[in-house]
Amino acid sequence: MIINVARKELKSMFSSPMGWVILSLLMFAFGTYYLNGVNDYFAVMSGAMRPAERTGVTQFVGQTVYGFASFIVLFAVPLLSMRLISEERRNQTLPFLFSAPISLTEIVIGKFLGLVLFLSILIVYIGLMLSTLNIWADIDFGYIVANSIGMLLMVASFSALGLYFSSMTQQPVVAAILTFIALFALMFLDRFFAGDPSNTLASLSLTRHFQSFASGLIDTADIIYFVLFIATFLTLTVRRLDADRLRG
Amino acid sequence: MNNYTVEAIELTRLYGGREAVSNVSFTLSKGQVLGFLGPNGAGKSTTMKMLTGNLAPSQGSVKICGIDMIENPKEAKALIGYLPEMRPLYKELTVDEYLTIAARLHRVSAKHIKSAVEEAKERCGLSHMSKRLIENLSNGYQQRVGIAQSIIHKPMVVILDEPTVGLDPIQIRDIRALIREIGSDHSVILSTHILPEVEMVCDHVQIIDKGKLVFNGAIDVLKKQRIGNKLLIGMRNPPAVEAMLRIPDVVEAESLPNGQMRVRFAEDSAPAESIVQTAVKNGWGLYQIAPDQTSLEDVFVQLTYQEQEQAA
Repeated sequence: MIINVARKELKSMFSSPMGWVILSLLMFAFGTYYLNGVNDYFAVMSGAMRPAERTGVTQFVGQTVYGFASFIVLFAVPLLSMRLISEERRNQTLPFLFSAPISLTEIVIGKFLGLVLFLSILIVYIGLMLSTLNIWADIDFGYIVANSIGMLLMVASFSALGLYFSSMTQQPVVAAILTFIALFALMFLDRFFAGDPSNTLASLSLTRHFQSFASGLIDTADIIYFVLFIATFLTLTVRRLDADRLRG
Repeated sequence: MNNYTVEAIELTRLYGGREAVSNVSFTLSKGQVLGFLGPNGAGKSTTMKMLTGNLAPSQGSVKICGIDMIENPKEAKALIGYLPEMRPLYKELTVDEYLTIAARLHRVSAKHIKSAVEEAKERCGLSHMSKRLIENLSNGYQQRVGIAQSIIHKPMVVILDEPTVGLDPIQIRDIRALIREIGSDHSVILSTHILPEVEMVCDHVQIIDKGKLVFNGAIDVLKKQRIGNKLLIGMRNPPAVEAMLRIPDVVEAESLPNGQMRVRFAEDSAPAESIVQTAVKNGWGLYQIAPDQTSLEDVFVQLTYQEQEQAA
């Protein structure tokens, strides 16, 4: 049942130009960064004489692309997540889902999965793009896998937060702005505490937990952080929708 | 096990401290079309939202074919098709896409989806609109898509909230015919504030006013109440009231302007013939005699007004 809701979301994502435009623009941007990354690699490495100064091509190019990607999804996810529930609320289409034999949890998880599946197209694309380096070099697939998992978890967290803000309002734009502000704060929280990295608040930052994935490390503590983050906001969304049913 | 398709038991819904619906109970059997009547803000839509599980009742319960809506919402919802007042259409999709999603969400098995979509389209006269975007359809066709969506999984109960509002007369006629057709094998509940519509399509009527059920019964009862046992007689030389009262079975007579007279007669009697004979014999100049119908509107006003008087 969850998958049917997700399919519905994907369908409406692709039946408006929005989905296609975002996908193509982002892929164009990633492609450009990839190309620049490869060019820069030769420029930088030709100057690096000593072995200690050299880094692998996977890491060098990967850092450029993934670094840019983790920044750009900050803008892309709010634009995609904003309409998930708020638009249904505004067009009064929610009763269509509420009177179907599916639970609220299934509706929320379905919508969430729909968005994550859409965004994972990008992640798979980046992974494939970087893998093409293997034609000329012997690349580090572990690094790409770790980064992809990290990206997926981060994008999923963004989506969960966006879904929650979307459930709170009737105006998609308001949802997008709220999501963007919240994500921005969470991303740069650790910058505010740069002088005191052991601060508890700093460890709430999304970037900090993405860092270990970015360097190719899959850390269960970070996975758990992301999973809890997602679960929290999905639960809040279910509760928000349930309040509709109870209070009207 | 009784064979009620819908059972509403003492439904009450509070908004803030105000009772939008209070203590509404009724039952519906298979093959019945139930009309839900009431002025604006009477609680029709609220009741329907509660029946379909879109709104939790403050008190009371809803059973669909014996399955409790609050305890087993998924099983109960699977037996219902619902068209809310605001049509829940995804306008960026085509008719086929939208109905396929509706079928899937209502647990139509994968191999039957195609035939279910075709059948729903055919019943609602949408077959030639399959590939059109819902956004580009006219109001009436959008309404048909809404109805198709609610019958696609062949539910036991179809609940339609004001299905004919805002349509042109021909579309209204088509949709009424469709509702009658659906009513032959499903139970249908429909709400409206258009009274003749109820008379045309429903065989059961409920009138709700200020959240309370003021009338609940077969349409015939309402019709009888409407026709009553009164005659309206027009005469060129009207006699005195006493002369009219001398005719057997006439219980009450009332003079009206223009030589008309309203006569009430005893139940199960037909004094028309003797009135005509007397009128001819005495040269009253009879030119009109007809049953005096109070309009359905009057009955409606009467019923909702009585309630107010009792409350006062």
